[in-house]
Amino acid sequence: MAEVVEQEKVEKVSKEPLFSKKNRKLIIDPITDDNPITIQVLGICSALAITAELEASIVMSISVLFVLGIGNVVISLMRNIIPPKIRIIVQLVVVATLVIIVDLVLKAFAYQLSKTLSVFVGLIITNCIIMGRFEAFALGNGPWKSFLDGVGNSLGYGIILIIVGFFRELLGSGTLLGFKVLGDPIEKTGLYALGYENNGFMLLAPMALIVVGLIIWVQRSRNVALVEEN
Amino acid sequence: MERRTDKNSYTILFAIGMVVVVGSLLAFAASSLKPKIDENKRVEKQQNILYAMGINDNDEGSVEFVAKDIVEGEFSKYIKKQLIIQGDEVIEDTNAYLIDIKKEKTLAKEASYERRLPLFVGEKDGSTFYVAPIRGKGLWDAIWGYVALDKDMVVQGVFFDHKGETAGLGSNINQRFFMDDFIGEHIFSDGSFKGITIAKGNADPKNIDKTDNEVDAIAGATITGDGVTAMIRSELKLYVPYFKTLK
Repeated sequence: MAEVVEQEKVEKVSKEPLFSKKNRKLIIDPITDDNPITIQVLGICSALAITAELEASIVMSISVLFVLGIGNVVISLMRNIIPPKIRIIVQLVVVATLVIIVDLVLKAFAYQLSKTLSVFVGLIITNCIIMGRFEAFALGNGPWKSFLDGVGNSLGYGIILIIVGFFRELLGSGTLLGFKVLGDPIEKTGLYALGYENNGFMLLAPMALIVVGLIIWVQRSRNVALVEEN
Repeated sequence: MERRTDKNSYTILFAIGMVVVVGSLLAFAASSLKPKIDENKRVEKQQNILYAMGINDNDEGSVEFVAKDIVEGEFSKYIKKQLIIQGDEVIEDTNAYLIDIKKEKTLAKEASYERRLPLFVGEKDGSTFYVAPIRGKGLWDAIWGYVALDKDMVVQGVFFDHKGETAGLGSNINQRFFMDDFIGEHIFSDGSFKGITIAKGNADPKNIDKTDNEVDAIAGATITGDGVTAMIRSELKLYVPYFKTLK
């Protein structure tokens, strides 16, 4: 009898596995049916601003992955001591401190890398995905779950950024990651020999909005449950 | 029941504590890393000046500076003279490259102050280069660069950089496809100073005409391009009186 009781106790103490179904959902959902950009409509500003080139999209995605993953854990660890009245300010301070320290360390030890990233620093601090996830998730959940949520949301954000960046760079400049995949527009080789022209409009911010709109359209027509009733 | 964290006294204490902790953390990080960051900036200046002169480790398409550990030696090997031009006065100073152009520009707003203009005289393969630092405004923040001219005032190379231009658009002023276009361009036209215009409209996309005082603009980066045009015109103009004495 005593043995059974002890076993029950052990089972109660042992937590749910690190990658339980619920935890896996935290990562997978934001990539698909709860995507921060196409469904939650967070982080649109940076999706418009820096997707003219695929490389910038990738760098921004990695930076957000880093900041949101760590920021979510920090906020989650502090969730019981943060005064609710000034929580937004506290969140801003945490993310700004994180980004500035990383920026300083890079400037001292990886100067060239920091030069490439410096344009993104301001965009990261003001990215509404970061504040949105702190507010909506990290303040109410444990560190591990918050970390998974941060990773999931930044992956979902990154995927959209990379898709938009891919199409804008390909159709706008005829290159991918700087490689001339469609031929040379000035020497008229490759596709350009057939009379193809780059669409300069793709490089401007409005086209990013239209590409994001097209992604939302495709996503909602494949999964009707996402369409809001009104 | 009111939670502990809802109290005003707790909120105020938390705010004060947070400011003290974060403030000292940032101050500590900034001051302990400052010497290293300053050193990096100094080395970068030397690398940029050498880059404009065509001394770099460039391969096919990327921008590669001379390595950090040999830049000091290369700099003293190629840069023969560093001049400071102030009005009609020209003096030599081996630390002219450390002059803060931004500070000089602010000081020069006062009419009584004559701006100090650093100029680096380099020598490579028997020919002389005059490298002038320039600084201006882009779309969001500062842009700056170095222009290397030969004795006939033909551009031999440039280096541009920026603080925060739009990634993928204006930020491309520090890329090869933009900077390489300047090589061979003239800044004078029929004996008078004209500068170089970043031109939209693709009149000369292959950049064959070197005497048109124009290079091709970056699509989607009009304001950054205009900033580069204005920067070249207004800053190089200050050097024109000195350049005229060279002839």
